[in-house]
Order: sequence, then structure tokens, then C-alpha cells
Amino acid sequence: MRIAPTFNVAFRALRRNKMRSVLTALGIIIGVGAVIAMVGIGNGAKAQVEAQIASLGQNVILIFSGSTTSSGIRTGWGGAGTLKIEDAEAIRREVPGVIGVSEEVVSTTQVAAGNQNWFTRVYGESADYFDIRQWPLADGAPFTPQDVRSANKVCVIGRTTATQVYGNAGPVGQILRIKEVPFTILGVLTPKGLSTQDVDQDDIVIMPYTSAMKRVIGGTNLRNINVQIGDARQVEAAQQQIISLLRQRHNIRPGRDDDFTVRNQQEIAEAATATSRVMTVLLGAIAGVSLVVGGIGIMNIMLVSVTERTREIGVRMAVGAHGSDILTQFLIEAVTLSSVGGLIGIICGIGASRILSAYAHWPTLISISSIAIAFLFSAAVGIFFGFYPARKAAALDPIEALRYE
Amino acid sequence: MNNGALVRLTDVHKTYRTGEMEVHAVRGVSLEIKRGEFVALMGASGSGKSTLMNILGCLDRPSSGSYILDDADVSALDRDRLADIRNRKIGFVFQNFNLLPRTSARENVELPLIYSAQRLTNAQLCEKADRVLASVGLAGREEHYPSQLSGGQQQRVAIARALVNEPEVLLADEPTGNLDSRTSIEIMGIFQQLNERGITIIMVTHEQDIAAYAQRNVVMRDGVILIDRALSERLDATTQLQQDGRARPPGAPGIMGE
Repeated sequence: MRIAPTFNVAFRALRRNKMRSVLTALGIIIGVGAVIAMVGIGNGAKAQVEAQIASLGQNVILIFSGSTTSSGIRTGWGGAGTLKIEDAEAIRREVPGVIGVSEEVVSTTQVAAGNQNWFTRVYGESADYFDIRQWPLADGAPFTPQDVRSANKVCVIGRTTATQVYGNAGPVGQILRIKEVPFTILGVLTPKGLSTQDVDQDDIVIMPYTSAMKRVIGGTNLRNINVQIGDARQVEAAQQQIISLLRQRHNIRPGRDDDFTVRNQQEIAEAATATSRVMTVLLGAIAGVSLVVGGIGIMNIMLVSVTERTREIGVRMAVGAHGSDILTQFLIEAVTLSSVGGLIGIICGIGASRILSAYAHWPTLISISSIAIAFLFSAAVGIFFGFYPARKAAALDPIEALRYE
Repeated sequence: MNNGALVRLTDVHKTYRTGEMEVHAVRGVSLEIKRGEFVALMGASGSGKSTLMNILGCLDRPSSGSYILDDADVSALDRDRLADIRNRKIGFVFQNFNLLPRTSARENVELPLIYSAQRLTNAQLCEKADRVLASVGLAGREEHYPSQLSGGQQQRVAIARALVNEPEVLLADEPTGNLDSRTSIEIMGIFQQLNERGITIIMVTHEQDIAAYAQRNVVMRDGVILIDRALSERLDATTQLQQDGRARPPGAPGIMGE
């Protein structure tokens, strides 16, 4: 085949009609640009959610008390006080693969130091909590299992709480009054930022759950239990074992609903990313439509071009061009339009998503694969929509074509 | 074996079917053209001369009968083989020049080379095109677009394009139809020079005084050959141009286009 000269011929033809070529490619530029930017926004949102889910910790199983009561009224996660400290201890003891368990109680309350006070969330946890959540301290040290056993009046606080109560002064070693009980601050947590629900995760006080039960919240029921499994492959099995262990401990007969809810991190992540995945697909699909419209634009222009250049095609055939030469020439023109448009579109799409990140503060994530797919797709659009006009040109009868006015 | 015959048509028929109607455009033509001849093919419109020209140019196939070109039977070749024959053995010159618009003279001339089996580099293409352009008197106009050239110059570009692949036969379809009389004579001068160099020329024309530059006139009517005669007194374009330069007014009768 005479590919190289045919490329030349096609490029010359495109250059002869610069304005038309640019406008035709613009359809693809906008289409590909839209796909890149939209998928970038969708992926960015998904990545943000995933990062936040990952900050829950690795291989974490969450057990919430409640789900149903005996009267059938569902109370929501953590609602009914069905989880006991003993349940957590049983899990720690009996479920294989468990490397960390944290009993959790939660309350909101007023805290004070000196003449400052602040309304914040108080979490009671075990000493494993900081490992499970992979939440290191920026300053000071966490509380110890000994503190938990003795229900010592110690706590660590989040960055927001520290700033609100102590300003710029170092809070480690200071006394924080919680419900008029003085707690010694052992450390300050590294900032985590906003959660998926836009809650400030650094507006927090964390203390041993025993201390929280005895001195702040009262009661002996846990809101939930955080369990960490050492090996990702054991998470499913551990989850099943926890369910049967708790059913047994809570005397739930077969056929009755659990009085607790178990979720692993994977499930939570899937639920949370489902929305952003749907959004990505939707945005991508809408942008894809504009890419198809761009392709139809190419087909339209190529058809016009074939009609307009009927005589040229006739001359080429008269001097010895095969049908396949003509087909290749017009296909190359179409694919050049679409793939050059695709390349420019990729650049525009990246630019657009940068602008969105910078000014609208939307997280965007552009992957190499989305760029590659967009480019290949635009080239494919050229082949698909260029083929019909090219075949029409190749099938012309040279005599008719030469006589065409 | 072929006593110098380049073209040999034997009982060629061409029938078109337009709906229910059958049009017998060519009905039994036998014709032999020797290497180095300059033949004018004449006839009124509807006489079948254009159809015969298309068959001679391998743009069309006869419905029946045989066409031997350069010792090879081309009457039953497929589209691509015919395209190859056109590329190697036939040069076309058209009434309306049929140059590619917004394409330089050089690129127009390179066109047949692009589709030829021999692979030439860009430099070779360029060199070859320029040489042929110079041979038809267009040295220095290689970069000109057709719109920047006069009709006569455009037709010279077309002739250069027809010659660039060194064809066996030059087929010209009303080559002077769109040209004024003086330019027509110039083009005939080029044809006669080419013919003297041994190139076979078949030219369709309906103008008697253009046909007078050929060696042999073939006249068709109703799809058959009516007259086939050698010209004893042919016109010589070169001497005519020298003498008539001033004597003859431009746009002489009978030579202008339709």
C-alpha cells in the first residue's frame, strides 16, 4: 500500500481547508475535553471519599449496637444499648485474626480550661483506638491500657479543640475540665480535617472508655465496637464469627433479627463511593454524548468534502488511484481531525479540571487511563464516522466523477 | 506479430442500461492505432466518441468485443487493474483541465507518481515533476496554483501531468475546447512536438480545424466509424504560430470553444 504519500495527500487536503478543519475538530475537542473534565471531577470526588474511608483504618469491622428492638421498632445504629463491655472482651478473646479492639462511647458536652470553654464531642475508646484509626499524635503521648483499666482522668484532644480552648499555648500537661471533672491532657492528635459528612474530625476529646462511662457519660452500654483484623483475607470470616458470637451471647434465636449491626470497612466504602461512581458514570455519559455529536460533525463535513471533491476523486482515479487509496485518504483525514481534536481536547479537559479545582475547590483526579481511553475513543470516532463518507468516495465511478459539476 | 499496433479494438460494443431503455452507444467498432500515430477522433455529440474514448482510456469496459492495449487484453480487467493500466500506460488531458484546485502545479504533476508502483522519494517526485513542467514551457511556475495560471498554462500543467509517468498513449478529450484560438494552436504545437518524439496521441474533438493537426481522422456517427482517413495535408502549429502571430486576429472563426 502507498500509505506514506496518502498521508501527505490527506494532510494537504486538511491544510487547504484550515477553518473547516479547525471547526470540525472543535466538536471533538469539546467532546473529549468534557469527558476528561467530567470524569476527572467524578474520580476526584470518589478518591476523596475513599481517602476518608481509608482513614477509618485498615481492615476495620464496626459493630453498632441496635438494629431492632423486640417490639420491632428500629432505632438506628448505636441507638439501643445492646453492646456490653463483655461483648468486646469476648471478641478480643475468641475471634481469630483480631489485632485490635476499641470499645466506643460517644457524647457531646461542654469542656473548660481557665476562662475558656468549648462544646465538643467526647469519645471513650480503648488504647487500641489510635492504631486502629491510624491516628498518630502530633504532640505528647496516647493513653495506655493501664489508664483504661484504672479509668484514669486522662485524655487526648484534637487540633480544633486545642485551638479553641488553649489558643496557641501547648495543651499537653494542662488540665481540661469535663463536666467539672479535671482531666490531664496527654497529647494532641494530628489534624484529620473534615469527614465525608463535613464534620470536623479534629473537634474532639478522646479518653479511656472506662473514664468516659464512669465520670462523663454514665451507663455501661457501648455505642459501638471497632475491631481491626490483621489480614485482609480474614475480614469476611471474622465478620461472620463476630455475628455468631454476638448472637450467641445475646441469646438471639435462629430466625430473629440481630440486635446489632456489623459493617466492614469495605462495605462502608462501597456505600459511600457508590454515589460518586454513579455521578462519574453520569457525567461521563453526558460528555460522551457530546463526543458522539462531534463525531457526527466529522461525518457531516467528510460527506460535504467528498461531494465537493468529486472531480478531484475522479482525477485521482483517472491517473491510477485504486478505490482503496481514496478510502485510505479520506479515512486518514477523518482520523486526523478526530485524533488531533482528541489531543487538544485532552489538554483542554486537564486545563478545565485544574480551573475547577482552583476556583470551585472541587477535587479532580485525571488518570492516565482516562486520558488513554479518551484519545483512543476519539480516534475510533474518526474511523467510525469517517468510514461511510470514505467508502462513498472510494465507490465513485471515475467517469461520473470526472463529469461532476 | 502486432506490426506496431498499440491499440487494437475488435468489434467493440457498449450498451448502457438506463432504466428500461437500452442505449447502444458504441455498436461494433474495430480500430487499430499504431505506435507513434496522432489520431483525431471526431463526431457529433451522441456519436459515441466519448464512450469510445472512455473505453480507450480504460475508464470503462466494453460490453462485448476485445481491446488489446500494448499487447495485453484489457477488456475484462477489474477496477484496480484498470487503474494500474491508466497509471502506467495512459495520460489524460481533459477539456476543463481537471487540475486540483489550491494545489501547486508541481503537486498536480506529481499526482500520477504518487499512485505508481515505483516508490520515489519526495525529492525524486519534485525533480521529475519540475523536468516535465519545464518541457512544456512552464519552468518557474512550479509553485503557482491553477487559479494563478492562464487557461493555456493550466492545460500545459495537465499535459505535464499526463506525461510524467511516460505513458504509451496520450488521450486528450477536447483539449482545446476551453481555449482561445491562439492558445489552441500552441497546445496543438506541443502535441505535434510530443508526437514527433514518438508519443502516440488520440484526441477527441469536434472541431475540423483542430483535427487538421492530426495525421489521421476517425469520424464516428451513431456508434460506428463512418470515415477513417489519413490526412495528406496536415497543419503544422509551429510554422503557423510563426507566420500568423500578427496576421490572424485572436478568436478566429471555428476555433473558439462551444
